[in-house]
Amino acid sequence: MTTTIERPEVITPEELGGPDGHHPDAHRGDADHGHHEGPSGIVNWLTSTDHKVIGKSYMITSLVTFFLAGIMAVVIRAQLLDPHTSLVSYQTYNELFTMHGSLMLYLFAGPFAFGGLANYIVPLQVGAPDMAFPRLNALSYWLYLGGVITMLSGFLVAGGAASFGWVAYAPLSNATNSPGAGSDLWLMALALTGFSAIFTGVNLVATILYLRAPGMTMFRVPVFSWNMLVTAILILIAFPVLFAAVVLLFCDRHFGTHIFSVQGGGSPILWQHLFWFFGHPEVYILALPYFGMVTDILPVFSRKPVFGYKGMVFATMSIAALSTGVWAHHMFTTGVVLLPFFSLLSYLIAVPTGIKFFNWIGTMWGGQLSFQTPMMFSIGFLLIFLVGGVTGVLLASPPVDFMTHDTYFVVAHFHNVLIGTAVFAGFAGFYFWYPKMFGRMLREGLGKLHFWFLFVGFWVAFMPQYLLGLHGMPRRVASYAPDTGWTTLNVISTLGSYIIAFSFLFFLVNLVVSWRKPVPAGPNPWDGHGLEWFTSSPPPHHNYTHLPPIRSERPTWDYNHPEHRTVVHKPKDKKSTSPQGDKQAVGAPS
Amino acid sequence: MATALTWVDVTAHRPLLSTSNYMPSPASVIAVNAPSTDSTDPSQHRVSGMRRGWITALIVGAPLVLAGCNAYPSYGADPGATKQGNDTFKLYSGMMTTGIVIGGLVAVLILWTVVRYRRRSDEMPKQFHENLPIEILYTAVPVIIVGVLFFFTVLTENNVDATQPVNASVTSTGRPVVDITVTAFQWGWRFDYTGLNVGVVGETTNGPNNHGPQMVVPAGETIQITLVSNDTIHGFYLRDFNFSRYAQPGVTNIFDLNVLHTGTYDGQCTQFCGLYHSEMLFSIRSVTPSAFDTWASAEVTAGHTLQGSPSGVSNIPAPNTRTTPADAGSSVASSATPKQKASA
Repeated sequence: MTTTIERPEVITPEELGGPDGHHPDAHRGDADHGHHEGPSGIVNWLTSTDHKVIGKSYMITSLVTFFLAGIMAVVIRAQLLDPHTSLVSYQTYNELFTMHGSLMLYLFAGPFAFGGLANYIVPLQVGAPDMAFPRLNALSYWLYLGGVITMLSGFLVAGGAASFGWVAYAPLSNATNSPGAGSDLWLMALALTGFSAIFTGVNLVATILYLRAPGMTMFRVPVFSWNMLVTAILILIAFPVLFAAVVLLFCDRHFGTHIFSVQGGGSPILWQHLFWFFGHPEVYILALPYFGMVTDILPVFSRKPVFGYKGMVFATMSIAALSTGVWAHHMFTTGVVLLPFFSLLSYLIAVPTGIKFFNWIGTMWGGQLSFQTPMMFSIGFLLIFLVGGVTGVLLASPPVDFMTHDTYFVVAHFHNVLIGTAVFAGFAGFYFWYPKMFGRMLREGLGKLHFWFLFVGFWVAFMPQYLLGLHGMPRRVASYAPDTGWTTLNVISTLGSYIIAFSFLFFLVNLVVSWRKPVPAGPNPWDGHGLEWFTSSPPPHHNYTHLPPIRSERPTWDYNHPEHRTVVHKPKDKKSTSPQGDKQAVGAPS
Repeated sequence: MATALTWVDVTAHRPLLSTSNYMPSPASVIAVNAPSTDSTDPSQHRVSGMRRGWITALIVGAPLVLAGCNAYPSYGADPGATKQGNDTFKLYSGMMTTGIVIGGLVAVLILWTVVRYRRRSDEMPKQFHENLPIEILYTAVPVIIVGVLFFFTVLTENNVDATQPVNASVTSTGRPVVDITVTAFQWGWRFDYTGLNVGVVGETTNGPNNHGPQMVVPAGETIQITLVSNDTIHGFYLRDFNFSRYAQPGVTNIFDLNVLHTGTYDGQCTQFCGLYHSEMLFSIRSVTPSAFDTWASAEVTAGHTLQGSPSGVSNIPAPNTRTTPADAGSSVASSATPKQKASA
């Protein structure tokens, strides 16, 4: 292995303090690189500040909460199979939907993205040896794990888990209406995971702004990392407000304050304002990372650069900015918010989201598309999120919101959005980066079975819910009257939820198979674009011993395909090619 | 349709790109929404242009043909039993048509791209990464679309939220606006007809055929609802009215309803309010104005007055207490009315 082209921006191993080496292939399977890594095994896991170890811990923990919340969803659906099924009591049902929503939103969708994948991938993408504050990063994870355990322990206490919905509207969440310790545990869990998110947000901002490799200018940062920067800023805007609201509610419950109660001169509406000022940015904290994953995956499987890179970045920023001004569209039916203002801003979010859609299509346009599992999940995301986006535009209209608010129409809408992002795009990212994280491939056949069952199950489960909402079925009901005519649609929806649950068996089998009979991934199994594909899988302790020149947002591609590299800022010379042809891609299947 | 076809043919293959001419169709498809801009050499690549035009025509045309059968296709919603609900329904229907057309276009564009550009060789595709005119186009056109949607939203919203001053105005039949205070509580409803001295209250019971208390209103006249709650937040919702509003402690919401026809309409609490949220049902029965007068005087005679029933907002059962139907007072008579689905 020799360096064939003069590359002045290459960082030499000496600069990084590494021992030697010229090509990442030379380091495959060699995770040590002369660093003293300290203890191994469980002690290593407990004490590690390595972003890769913490990222994997986050990912495993969040997937466990995902499966627990998914099992709750199946029980909820089974309860609604016919009008008076009494599989579980009203009280248990109320606990189940509260915990399903709380686990999915607070403990899976967010942490899986910004604690799991972003924690692992962002330092690699920007060419950093670790997160900016490794110990803070470890603290984030342990706070998060504490939050998960605290929230789940609600099921063990007298009175059961919290049962006021994941939004905990005052005054239902006060000490009179929800007296149990489960409610307090729920609040504490939010405080713990809230701080975990804030610390991760600080870490991501610092890492992306200050630890980029030489040559990695802001406009060469991959869109996933860009989206994580913007997400982290949104976290810093939103989560402190949630924390404040949680503390105020706790004071109301235990210290005799009347912040959210009318009797003491307080205002229940204040809770909704505080909660949704967190809650709507939260929706984009859950969505933007997943947009970023898809934006990184589509170009790789199209063999093209992302279309409209800067448009993507500005669209992300616009969505984030608008998302801080639309919270009251969750409160249209309260009768106390300025409808046109929040309606217009909500509508406007459709514009940058539309830009993203057309950019995604433009990325695939004219490409050579191959349909490995991450690509299938990404296309599934496009189609499912599209429907969620269209129904979202409808809900931005206050009169349409009046007719559908708190019905299954809204339930279908946000599952369309959140399953499109956190599940379809999330698993696209998981299948895409799993080889990088574990150095082994997942099986394509099982991955595609997972995709198709999930994709079909999704439509069967959630399309009927739009109709149920339009036929008047409210959300969060444990039973309904037989003469409402909702039974058939509920049966179909429940069937769909079973198909979704079944699809994850293929996922679990895939994990086991990849673990039992590993197929080595090599550094770059997909002919990837970002910097992360330049180093070994899994990367060595400090990620890189040397780097390729970084002249675009896809340095690994440029290195492997000099004849087809991205040339920007040279408008007169766009078709220039370098004299020699493509090299064999680093580790790519030939 | 002709517009879309012609326009696609004319402009689809204008060399818009500086880096590549691989990107004609997004422009042509988006441009169906704004067929206004330009014209250049129509002769190139006519065959594929016509094919794309045909596809475009199909995906734009199909929903329009469907929509054409009915000015306001329902898409699963109710046309609305009130004046306000009917306004909302028309807005919903129009927005849904727009959504299906645009969403359908984008979905077809995604699927077509996926099929058309599936990997068929190892040839390296053209490495273009931007096209400013197209990007500006697909930024500007959605702004116009949401602008139009917002315009119609505000018109409808103003109609739906308009209220008449109770004392100053009379309806077409010469009667003052019927003023009803609705109090939601855990878990039931109370309807106080302030001007008529009638009170109706009913709580949920754990029976499958109970539909909660019933509000009787005159058809064709303006009803003004004053919506309050003393415990948690509840949702006053009727599917046939295409309408819901929160009943919240500390907030008094006032809105008008004009029920168009006689009939019985089911309502239900939609905002989760605790253990028996699922059973917090009610209904509204709309009768002719003369029948309404008869009903009101009969209620007064029977003692179902504001004072006769457990009265006023302040006497609502405390949170977390459940009374049996027998405890709910004299007005159970009206709440126990068997469900009747009369139609106009």
